[in-house]
Amino acid sequence: MSAEILVLVEHTNGVVKKVSFELLTLAAKHGSPSAVIVGAGADQAVADVVRYGAAKVYVGNDAALTTSVVGPKVAILNQLVDSASPAAVLIPSTAEGKEIAGRLAVRSGSGVITDAVDIEDGIVAVQSVFGGSTIVRSSVTTGTPIITVRPNSTTPVEAAGAGEQVAVTAELAPSDTAAVITDHVVEAKGGRPELSEAATVVSGGRGVGSPEGFDVIEKLADSLDAAVGASRAATDSGFYPHQYQVGQTGKTVSPQLYIALGISGAIQHRAGMQTSKTIVAVNKDPEAPIFELADFGVVGDLFAVGPQLTQEIATRKG
Amino acid sequence: MPLNIVVCVKQVPDSWAEKKLNEADKTLDRASADPVMNELDEYAIEEALRLQEAHGGQVTILCMGPEKAGETIRKALSMGADDAIHVVDDALHGSDAVATSAALAAALGTVECDLVILGSESTDARMSVIPAMLAERLQLPQMTFAKKVDADPEARTLTIQRQTDDGYDVVQSALPAVVSVVEKINEPRYPSFKGIMAAKKKPVAILTLTELALEPATVGLAGAWSGVNAFEQRPPRQAGTVVTDEGDGGTKIADYLVTQKFL
Ligand SMILES: Cc1cc2nc3c(=O)[nH]c(=O)nc-3n(C[C@H](O)[C@H](O)[C@H](O)COP(=O)(O)OP(=O)(O)OC[C@H]3O[C@@H](n4cnc5c(N)ncnc54)[C@H](O)[C@@H]3O)c2cc1C
Ligand SMILES: Nc1ncnc2c1ncn2[C@@H]1O[C@H](COP(=O)(O)O)[C@@H](O)[C@H]1O
Repeated sequence: MSAEILVLVEHTNGVVKKVSFELLTLAAKHGSPSAVIVGAGADQAVADVVRYGAAKVYVGNDAALTTSVVGPKVAILNQLVDSASPAAVLIPSTAEGKEIAGRLAVRSGSGVITDAVDIEDGIVAVQSVFGGSTIVRSSVTTGTPIITVRPNSTTPVEAAGAGEQVAVTAELAPSDTAAVITDHVVEAKGGRPELSEAATVVSGGRGVGSPEGFDVIEKLADSLDAAVGASRAATDSGFYPHQYQVGQTGKTVSPQLYIALGISGAIQHRAGMQTSKTIVAVNKDPEAPIFELADFGVVGDLFAVGPQLTQEIATRKG
Repeated sequence: MPLNIVVCVKQVPDSWAEKKLNEADKTLDRASADPVMNELDEYAIEEALRLQEAHGGQVTILCMGPEKAGETIRKALSMGADDAIHVVDDALHGSDAVATSAALAAALGTVECDLVILGSESTDARMSVIPAMLAERLQLPQMTFAKKVDADPEARTLTIQRQTDDGYDVVQSALPAVVSVVEKINEPRYPSFKGIMAAKKKPVAILTLTELALEPATVGLAGAWSGVNAFEQRPPRQAGTVVTDEGDGGTKIADYLVTQKFL
């Protein structure tokens, strides 16, 4: 029997995020995939992870495990690293996922690699750095490899797993529960796919000019079932909420299709979207650097080109 | 009641520059770009100075980096911080995040403080793990990704708004705590002329591994728990097609999306 590979499942009240299925698919290539589900709703997530190949499912079904920042998840993973001696621990490369990975590395005496885009034989992590210009292959040399993997890096494949369920309870240290979450405030605009997981992203920049201008971006996004993104200039100017920022200090996205409107393509913006499969840009400045990486670019006014494109898509989709 | 704060500040290559790796030891080629203060750390300093203005106390800068990082420390002092600790030792070159957090934690062990504030990410490593690792090592509450910070030094409590994917969480803890901030939290000040002059006289304590009681073999390239095996340049993206809108720009994109099977 091959060694277990632990996959930390990201879910909201039992609704599993796509990245978790991607990680299970990746884990199956290198060992026996074990899903780790923590927090309220964990039970409801079991069937989904088994559908994507989980041979074992560790369930920590206690709402109290998600009312403190990160600590309890680290405690559970650390216990499993001890008891199951996995070949690796895979965690989604989200803001929280990286924090969990960092603490787990220190606690379990292991090396950590973040933002992998693939895992090769021998648990070699492949990273795409410096805005996609350099490919790096790294390994963990001490302890258990702890690797965070970017959403959208692998295509999830359905493959029924054995799904043996194991209940886990955490032994928590005082510092695990020292930062207490007392309220969860939702500001997001509902109804669209999540930015880091979306197959298509439509982003607007300073060129959109105003919050109202983002109407053009949202309509185009909706015609393609896309997520909406924004440049930092757009979020700094208050045109669109900060959590939609794409780039170095925002989200890293890697969709099949990225459409940039009114974005110049500064190096820090490119750092967050350069690994998109296909890039389309609309900008009125023919010299804008975004055209250097666009597969298809239109020099023109986004307020003319954008709505026309939305219209054309509606017509062609019938 | 005064609030003593340590702000962790890193010197990084300018994020505007194209970065590359050294052929020899596969570490970041820091000579190929101008060194600057990690931009997110300016927000951390600003937040510390605002808390100091509200409650009193000391603001100390903690920076691990080569001698050149002294320039970044001076900038932090000229923004208004009171003093600094510079962790510098040749053996630290090539430290991974685990080792960096060990050195920073050891240095934090040499001072009394109520709050440690960090940026949420360094623009070179982009790992975003040091704040969580420090909370782990120091066994302190992890109050990270804060877009708002409220401290109550009398009650010894802290409340933050922690940025999440769909909004924010309200998080509470006792002091002392480890905080990291996101760029939406404030607008960092520029050093004033007076601040720049005053900074020249502010004390900077130099700590080497000896003072921190850390074995050279546990840090740097030698002590790293993960390492780069190989790297390669990816061929630049093929230049695409650029057309000028003549009233049919949207239609042309739609045509292109059809050829790529998106429609
Ligand atoms: C440390 C650091 C981190 C950063 N992190 C990020 C990050 O995470 N994400 C990010 O995006 N940026 C980031 N930046 C900022 C980045 O450097 C740029 O300032 C930013 O990306 C510019 O946004 P923009 O392209 O929307 O604006 P601009 O550069 O001002 O470009 C606007 C573009 O819109 C075009 N335009 C204007 N009107 C129209 C119209 N009607 N139709 C069509 N085109 C039009 C203009 O020709 C121009 O090219 C960071 C910077 C630093 C220093
Ligand atoms: N060498 C260092 N010296 C001081 N602070 C650091 C150092 N490296 C990282 N930090 C702090 O940790 C934060 C997150 O960095 P990172 O985890 O590397 O993305 C930074 O914003 C700094 O505040």
